[in-house]
Amino acid sequence: MTEQDVLEPGTPQAGGSTEEVAVGQLIGVVREREGEPRVAATPDSVRALVRLGYRVVVEADAGTRAGFADAAYREAGAEVGDPLAADVVLSLGAPEAGRADGLREGQTWIGLLAPALSPDLLTDLAGRGVTALSMDAVPRISRAQSMDVLSSMANIAGYRAVIEAAHEFGRFFTGQVTAAGKVPPAQVLVAGAGVAGLAAIGAAGSLGAVVRATDPRPEVADQVASLGGEYLAVPDPSSNQAAQVSSDGYAKEMSDDYNARAAALYADTLPGVDVVVTTALIPGRPAPRLITAEMLATMAPGSVVVDMAAGTATDGGGNVEGSRPGERVVTENGVVLLGYTDLPARLPQQASRLYATNLVNLLTLLTPGKDGALALDHEDVVQRAVTVTQDGAVTWPPPPVQVSAAPAAAPAAPAPVEPAPEKAPADPRRRVAGIAVAGLVLLLVLAAAPAALLPHLTVFALAVVVGFYVIGHVHHALHTPLMSVTNAISGIIVVGALLQVGHPGDSTPGLVGAVALVAVLLASINVFGGFAVTRRMLAMFTRSDAPASQKGSHR
Amino acid sequence: MTLTSLALAAYVVAALLFVLALSGLSKHETARRGNGFGMAGIALALVATLALAINPDTDGLATRPGWLVGVLVAVAVGASIGLWRARVVEMTGMPELIALLHSFVGLAAVAVGWNGYLLVEADPEGAETRLLDAEGLLGIHHAEVVIGVFIGAVTFTGSIVAFLKLSARIRSSPLVLPGKHVLNATALAVLVACTIWFTVAPALAPLVIATVVALALGWHLVASIGGGDMPVVVSMLNSYSGWAAAASGFLLENDLLIVTGALVGSSGAYLSYLMCTAMNRSFVSVILGGFGAVASTSAAVEGEHTEVSAADVAELLSEASSVVITPGYGMAVAQAQYPVAELTRALRERGVDVRFGIHPVAGRLPGHMNVLLAEAKVPYDVVLEMDEVNDDLASTDVVLVIGANDTVNPAAAEDPGSPIAGMPVLRVWEAGRVIVFKRSMAVGYAGVQNPLFFRENADMLFGDAKERVSDILAALPATSSR
Repeated sequence: MTEQDVLEPGTPQAGGSTEEVAVGQLIGVVREREGEPRVAATPDSVRALVRLGYRVVVEADAGTRAGFADAAYREAGAEVGDPLAADVVLSLGAPEAGRADGLREGQTWIGLLAPALSPDLLTDLAGRGVTALSMDAVPRISRAQSMDVLSSMANIAGYRAVIEAAHEFGRFFTGQVTAAGKVPPAQVLVAGAGVAGLAAIGAAGSLGAVVRATDPRPEVADQVASLGGEYLAVPDPSSNQAAQVSSDGYAKEMSDDYNARAAALYADTLPGVDVVVTTALIPGRPAPRLITAEMLATMAPGSVVVDMAAGTATDGGGNVEGSRPGERVVTENGVVLLGYTDLPARLPQQASRLYATNLVNLLTLLTPGKDGALALDHEDVVQRAVTVTQDGAVTWPPPPVQVSAAPAAAPAAPAPVEPAPEKAPADPRRRVAGIAVAGLVLLLVLAAAPAALLPHLTVFALAVVVGFYVIGHVHHALHTPLMSVTNAISGIIVVGALLQVGHPGDSTPGLVGAVALVAVLLASINVFGGFAVTRRMLAMFTRSDAPASQKGSHR
Repeated sequence: MTLTSLALAAYVVAALLFVLALSGLSKHETARRGNGFGMAGIALALVATLALAINPDTDGLATRPGWLVGVLVAVAVGASIGLWRARVVEMTGMPELIALLHSFVGLAAVAVGWNGYLLVEADPEGAETRLLDAEGLLGIHHAEVVIGVFIGAVTFTGSIVAFLKLSARIRSSPLVLPGKHVLNATALAVLVACTIWFTVAPALAPLVIATVVALALGWHLVASIGGGDMPVVVSMLNSYSGWAAAASGFLLENDLLIVTGALVGSSGAYLSYLMCTAMNRSFVSVILGGFGAVASTSAAVEGEHTEVSAADVAELLSEASSVVITPGYGMAVAQAQYPVAELTRALRERGVDVRFGIHPVAGRLPGHMNVLLAEAKVPYDVVLEMDEVNDDLASTDVVLVIGANDTVNPAAAEDPGSPIAGMPVLRVWEAGRVIVFKRSMAVGYAGVQNPLFFRENADMLFGDAKERVSDILAALPATSSR
């Protein structure tokens, strides 16, 4: 990169960023505060940023605690210098108190800003004219998954929570029968099967523990099972009470009634559990209290409870009564409460890599020209959502975004920046009216038909419906074989032609029969050719992990 | 229990077997079994029908052995032609074969319809006619004859045109006649008029007019659809052939035909509907035909494209950690699936994560690419749908676009004036590098220039896809030994 020799790193970009820039903008990577070993860029991500056309300046010692030396950054194409002079500053969090003054108008700050919890910070940044992008405001839509820091950090935290618990726990996680006696497997309960919970389930399971998990969203049962856990459903008297359909991908606060039943479930389960990991966080709301002191008292001494929501409940506690953020607490009956809030930071290198990749993905989105010029497009839901301050104004919260996975049952509040608003679901009353009219018309038509025709129309109507449903979820790869089979089956018309051959009522000697014979011949080609070709196609479908079944397929 | 009741019972069982066949075909695990059910169903239906036809109690073919021999010969000849074609057809020629087979069903339906006329309407004093009259079904029979012939004829010529287009015997660009929607509407109106005329006063003229108009309509419907939209057309013709069989069933008062035809018709229509949704097309405009390329207002695309050599690509691939291959019709044309599969295996052995991204309408019939890749023994769990792979493309190192064009066209997502605007496409341009295998800089089926080729991260590898992939394979070991 020759530009670096020409331009001193840290030189503010000449001119406004609105006009075309010959040289890419400067990205600064700050050294985080003490106690935060993670860093917002790795040598790999620096390379990616340079490929996007940016120049990068990294603060001295920024990555040392995560295992990335300054030399490695230099090698990747970055300079070491003052990050605050850059056009875009990458960080894990918000500007530290002393450093915010170093920011100037037109700069962009990207970090985890917790916009819901820190309105003062947003007003402050807006007042300075700083554009702030908050990585924790990335919407949970599939397109934005690659930038979802909350997920990538939660994944690490869930894993680390289990490792911390295993460290405190005085026994193996896996069950063993040894000459020195039998060790029962540890019983692990994970509360909340979000990303962190699932990571915890996977980690605990792979250590050999018996894992169970709770979550208010019944649809996660399969995900729990996929990681080897068992899903404990909260007993549900009124079937749709607990069935929480999540419209934004996150859990919501539950009703009192549900909470009472959940509490009963915990009270029943906890006495036999060795390790508990609670992950119940509701974005922007105090964490729910899942486990009370009374429940803890029923657990065996030596049991470990990791409260990943410590410090976020209204009273300063978390999901567990008595847990204290950042601390290890031992209850009277010898249960260890871990309230660590820096779980992702305890794997600083891994966490930095994932976070840096998330940032690169965001910057890739923000740099459509790959020319090192940051361009915010508010028509894009992702870009709109992460922008929390711009042009001196606080732009948080963004208009709601519907997660693609959620059914579009409830029409979202009209979102001005929605790129392609989903078709508004038809008014249910109108739909019912439409069906009623269609039914009535059908009824009248059928009533007018001769009685002898009705049985045929009945089977016809039913078969049409069956046809629609029977191929409901056909796998895309099977479209061609399916079509070829239906094609073969439609050769059933051979039956019709057969019945006309040599018909006793034929008054045109031979003509009907001859035509019918031609039809029989054509339809036969169809039937036999169609099935044979389908067989040939199906015999070719193989799966990579089951080569053995291939041999069997040539029967 | 007479022979007749036994045969009718067999019909019920056969119909259920067809339902099982269709449901079996929706999953890989049960697909082969599903095909088996289908064959069992047809076999049962054929035996039962033969028994009915021969049945001496009802003055059947047993009394006319000449016809019986004729039937057996016809079935045998048809079967051997069908089996022979199925055995020798290239997997790349599958779309043509299926389209051609559809036309047979259409023609058979026309024949059955005309026979219905010859047996009843042309013979007002015949036994059949008197029987129908007694049941009050004579008027219905008149209507059924015309409707059956109509659907069959549309299926027949439509499939023939599809076959000709797919096998490149005629140009695949859409035929644009002035006022084509008026033509279609007029044809439909004439057909309705003929149906009424024939129902009121059965005569030869309305039936002949209806047949000719329906043949012309089928031809025009498909001729006015561009080659790029052929997958939906083939699926739609499949549905038509089902409805044709169902219409014949009404004509012959045969419930098995009605049930089976309706099954095929509605499942085919649903399949077409799914594909239309995937392409962001209106279902109605497909049924009515002529939704192919319309006059385009798209911005002209200009720029410089860069070329790479096969050796460079080999080096690029050996250094990549993730590769996505997005094949299109060009891969089928070049028969490149075998070297592509070989390349996939070679790269996977090196630990490269190779996956395939299949656009729902890649190729010339739904699932076309899957069939070809399966033929070449590419494991099907690395073959992903567009939606499964699209979000990963941004983090993919290298994308190989093999003979695909419109399905990877950024204009669909970015240029609202483009004829393919709004069609979901594989966002290959988000990947680190894109290598486009192409014979020349010509446009794709939709006739739209592809700005992808001029992107900075896209390189062109010109030539026959099969040869080029083989070149890359040959260059691979050298790069790995470094």
